Amino acid sequence: MAKPNPTDRKYTKEHEWALDQGNNVVVMGITDHAQELLTDIVYVELPKVGKKIRQMETVAVVESVKSVSDVYSPVSGEVIEVNQRLENEPELINKDAFGEGWIARIRMDQPAELHNLMEASVYEAMIKETAH
Amino acid sequence: MKKTPLYEHHQKLKATMIEFGGWCMPVQYTAVIEEHRATRSAAGIFDICHMGEIEIRGTGAQDYLQSIMSRNLERQEIGQMKLSVMLNTRGGILDDLTVYKLGAEHYMVVTNAVTKDGDFEWLRRAQEEKGYSGITLRDISDATGKIDLQGPNSQAILQKVTQGNLAPLKFYHAMSTEVLGISSIVSRSGYTGEDGFEIYADSRRMGEIFDALLSVGTPMGLKPVGLGARDTLRIESGMMLYGHEMDETITPFEVVYGWLVDLNKEFTGCEALRKQKEEGVKKKLIGFEMTDRGIARHGYRVFGNGREIGTVTSGTFAPTLGKAIGLAFVDRAHERPGAKIEIEIRGQKAKARVTPLPFYRRSKAQNKS
Repeated sequence: MAKPNPTDRKYTKEHEWALDQGNNVVVMGITDHAQELLTDIVYVELPKVGKKIRQMETVAVVESVKSVSDVYSPVSGEVIEVNQRLENEPELINKDAFGEGWIARIRMDQPAELHNLMEASVYEAMIKETAH
Repeated sequence: MKKTPLYEHHQKLKATMIEFGGWCMPVQYTAVIEEHRATRSAAGIFDICHMGEIEIRGTGAQDYLQSIMSRNLERQEIGQMKLSVMLNTRGGILDDLTVYKLGAEHYMVVTNAVTKDGDFEWLRRAQEEKGYSGITLRDISDATGKIDLQGPNSQAILQKVTQGNLAPLKFYHAMSTEVLGISSIVSRSGYTGEDGFEIYADSRRMGEIFDALLSVGTPMGLKPVGLGARDTLRIESGMMLYGHEMDETITPFEVVYGWLVDLNKEFTGCEALRKQKEEGVKKKLIGFEMTDRGIARHGYRVFGNGREIGTVTSGTFAPTLGKAIGLAFVDRAHERPGAKIEIEIRGQKAKARVTPLPFYRRSKAQNKS
């Protein structure tokens, strides 16, 4: 079973999360539900620091043994840090999607975009609806 | 989508299901790597009911098959199975199949799932054209279920529910026996690179066999394995998959099936192959491993010395080897192991190296078919 979705952050329909760290910076990753669907993440293609990105554009790519999946940026802005550990330990996303498996930190251009994202409870309801 | 007799078992095991060749099949039960490792280290059980079985029997059955199969079946003993390809007149591969000799003039041919209907039609027409009126062809796919049991503990597990003694059964040989008292054909063979068995029985009894094997096997590390790990296991072992490494435009000499061809006999496609042998092939299937980061996938373009030289046919992360590997068709100039190539992954070129096949070979020595 997937871990509960922390209520301190916001969620996208595509199973990304964004945690507001203040000063217009968010840290983002994919949800535990997403890693459960993917299983066995064996490769993560990270963006370059400095990359400018729009909301819901591809920011990273995660590959499981069987599949290749785009990871979309929950917000518009500039990538200011990436989780380098994922280069050698992509399984960190499987182990701790909401923590050590974070993907990137993004400085937001349009902080108001966070309002387009879902609260944990809404995200959870969405997963339940698509589960069958 | 067609369902195998084990469909409800997969549901109960909460497998993730996908469409494969018109069938609803389990792609994974828990996770691909876990299922892959269980097969290499203990045992895995696979639902292979989607594959096709065609029975050929009657006077002239051997001559008939000899005129269709690339492999020379003349010395095939009763109980022996042989891998072969069936070709069109241009030498292109219609299917790769296993031919079981069950008795004098009595055979079972096992086909891929996607190619079964086409194979049966091809065989039926060949019978007509070649005038083999003394034989009967029967598509027994629906009535016949198939389970693969693969991995080092397979024999110990299967023996617990099998009447006949499995120990003397040689690689690529089959026996008629009873599994759980159900009349079955069991061969020592498979598609994983491990020791193991392919089990054929009445499709209505497959559920019982599946449950019994799981219950006696689980204490010995047996896990149900989906098509995901079946694919990583076969790629590591350098085995090809119809539709990826083979199709009707590709000849056995262009892939690693030259050894299945006997040009000293006559069979459909042999003329084209003789000509190709004289002229030499232009492209060749190779194995490669990524030296840069990234995973090559089916359809990605391959480059050598800056020029496009081919296409990836299969690519994956190899759980046993811990690296990304793949198979590709390339111009022959680049077929030598050690040759440096590049794979285009999402617009970026990543370095790779041609390697000998198979990528993985189990340590225990086994006799060949």
